Amino acid sequence: MPEMTYREALSLALREELRRRDCFFLMGEDIGAYGGSYAVTKGFLEEFGERRVKDTPISESAIVGLAIGAAMLGACPMIELMTINFSLLAMDQIVNHAAKIHYMSGGQVAVPLVLRMPTGGGFQLGAQHSQNLEGWFAHVPGLKVVTPSTPYDAKGLLKAAINDGNPVIFVEHSLLYGMRGEVPEEEYVVPLGQAAIRREGTDLTLIAYSRMAHVALEAADKLAARGISAEVVDLRSLRPLDVDALVRSVQKTNRALVVEEAPKSGGFGGEVVATISDQAFDFLDAPVGWVGGADVPMPYTRPLEALAIPDADKVVAGVQRMMPGRFR
Amino acid sequence: MSDRLDDLGRDEALRLYRQMVLIRLFEERAAQEYAYQKIGGFLHLYIGEEAVAVGAISTIRQDDLVVSHYRDHGHALAKGSDPKKVMAELFGKVTGLCKGKGGSMHLFDVEHGFLGGYAIVAGGMPIAAGHALASQYLGQGRVVLDFFGDGAANEGEFHETLNVAGLWKLPIVFILENNLYAMGTRVDRASANPELWERAQAYNMPGQRVDGMDVLAVRRAVGEAVRRARAGEGPSLVEALTYRFRGHSMADPARYRERAEVESWSGRDPITLFSAALQEAEMLDDAGSQRIHDEVAAQVEEAVRFADESPFPPPEALYQDVYAEG
Repeated sequence: MPEMTYREALSLALREELRRRDCFFLMGEDIGAYGGSYAVTKGFLEEFGERRVKDTPISESAIVGLAIGAAMLGACPMIELMTINFSLLAMDQIVNHAAKIHYMSGGQVAVPLVLRMPTGGGFQLGAQHSQNLEGWFAHVPGLKVVTPSTPYDAKGLLKAAINDGNPVIFVEHSLLYGMRGEVPEEEYVVPLGQAAIRREGTDLTLIAYSRMAHVALEAADKLAARGISAEVVDLRSLRPLDVDALVRSVQKTNRALVVEEAPKSGGFGGEVVATISDQAFDFLDAPVGWVGGADVPMPYTRPLEALAIPDADKVVAGVQRMMPGRFR
Repeated sequence: MSDRLDDLGRDEALRLYRQMVLIRLFEERAAQEYAYQKIGGFLHLYIGEEAVAVGAISTIRQDDLVVSHYRDHGHALAKGSDPKKVMAELFGKVTGLCKGKGGSMHLFDVEHGFLGGYAIVAGGMPIAAGHALASQYLGQGRVVLDFFGDGAANEGEFHETLNVAGLWKLPIVFILENNLYAMGTRVDRASANPELWERAQAYNMPGQRVDGMDVLAVRRAVGEAVRRARAGEGPSLVEALTYRFRGHSMADPARYRERAEVESWSGRDPITLFSAALQEAEMLDDAGSQRIHDEVAAQVEEAVRFADESPFPPPEALYQDVYAEG
């Protein structure tokens, strides 16, 4: 199987769709002449022209609204927002409009629209460029939220999102664009709402998504060295959430710890903790553990930023608090 | 006014008149049903503003599109929506346009090219521009009329949308229904320059202000804007000066308006003005006018009866239509 980066996998998915269907077009800030702020759409303007690859003004609300309106009429727009932080400028269109139109119209009209945007911190971009807001979108009925952590999933989930027929918030991670992985040459999709078991284990389940899935895997290696067998579940979709996969894993391991990059208060990790407590309480041998980002605006300076974001050692420490007697 | 009726023709003139009467009587009847608590939530009446919707929508084709705001009954009716289905939607019934899930502020009628019904001020504007973008991108030749109020003109979405529409020459006409009050705040207390039509200049499109109580003036201005849009010459902004004869919603006694102001505008009732013009042009007499009123009143009564007798949606409807089936 050929290897490529997360960025290349996204780019390939978009190129394939642009070549396949004329109704499909891209809009966003600096996606054309500049080539995309994370270079996902590099070379697209040259290949597909201005009709298909539209540079927009810095008007997030208008960009998203335009895409909603176009999608309602049978065009197939895809939006790139430069970062998830800027999605706040389009929150009215995403939450009050995209998520509601199908329901409010009694099912008369759908909004088949994918909004791509990178999330996350870790690059010293400071408080206004380092948030993980995907949990906010997962709170909204009418939206779907996906968070690929590998090149394979990036391409497969993007294909599924494009063909889903609903507004999908497609959350990339700014630190994953250079990550390499295997991507099949043939067409495939990764269905929305299906978690992936990244590593089998028996003693506890680590639950994460996006970049934290890799942090959980690194922690699982460290835990193995301490005599603990950790299973790692990568959620891949926050909405719909694969509750069955969580329950099945906890039935096997009887312990769970949630790892999330976002601050814990009011966040999506709490949703996962609550879901496990609600659906799998009888299988639990301990309260569900939870390691999350610090409850602070992201600091700029490297040592403080590192403190604010979960890493493998913090996950191991979290597990140690849950099962101190088991550590070698 | 009557001298401008010649190019309209008697049949079309009477069709517009009948539409204005339909909106008026529909709204008056809806107000009654609201008082009887058959209609819940917010109810924003279009009474006094009928000439704007009817004049503007009379200039477009059936396959063209209309986007509106929370005061949307008039636009839907003028675009051809069935009064029975509109009233049933206000009643929250399963036979309503949106199966009772939208309500007064969220009418949608895809079959008739009426695409909402948005209750966030200016929220429908970029979506309307998106319809125009789809028409342009897919080469459909359809034009979009986007209605919004004076309050919307101070929202960021107004400015973002007019900018991109002007930049990309989208086939859309922005129709600013200036009824002088954004809820209870008069336009000159909210806008640094209350000449709202002048904002068109900033976005490289023609702008003009017309008498929104004069259906023919609205029709003429919007007609020219629609011609431009269809010819690929880009968007326009038409500001219609109008007045709502009732409060912002049924909950609003409108104490912030001077009685003299209300009386002065009431003297310019758009239906009375149009009726007088039609009579002067000998297109309508008292008997004819009475007949139209009677027929429309019967139509509205039938709509109320239909809405009242229709069932509410079943419990299982709660979870339907959250997501479209892939």
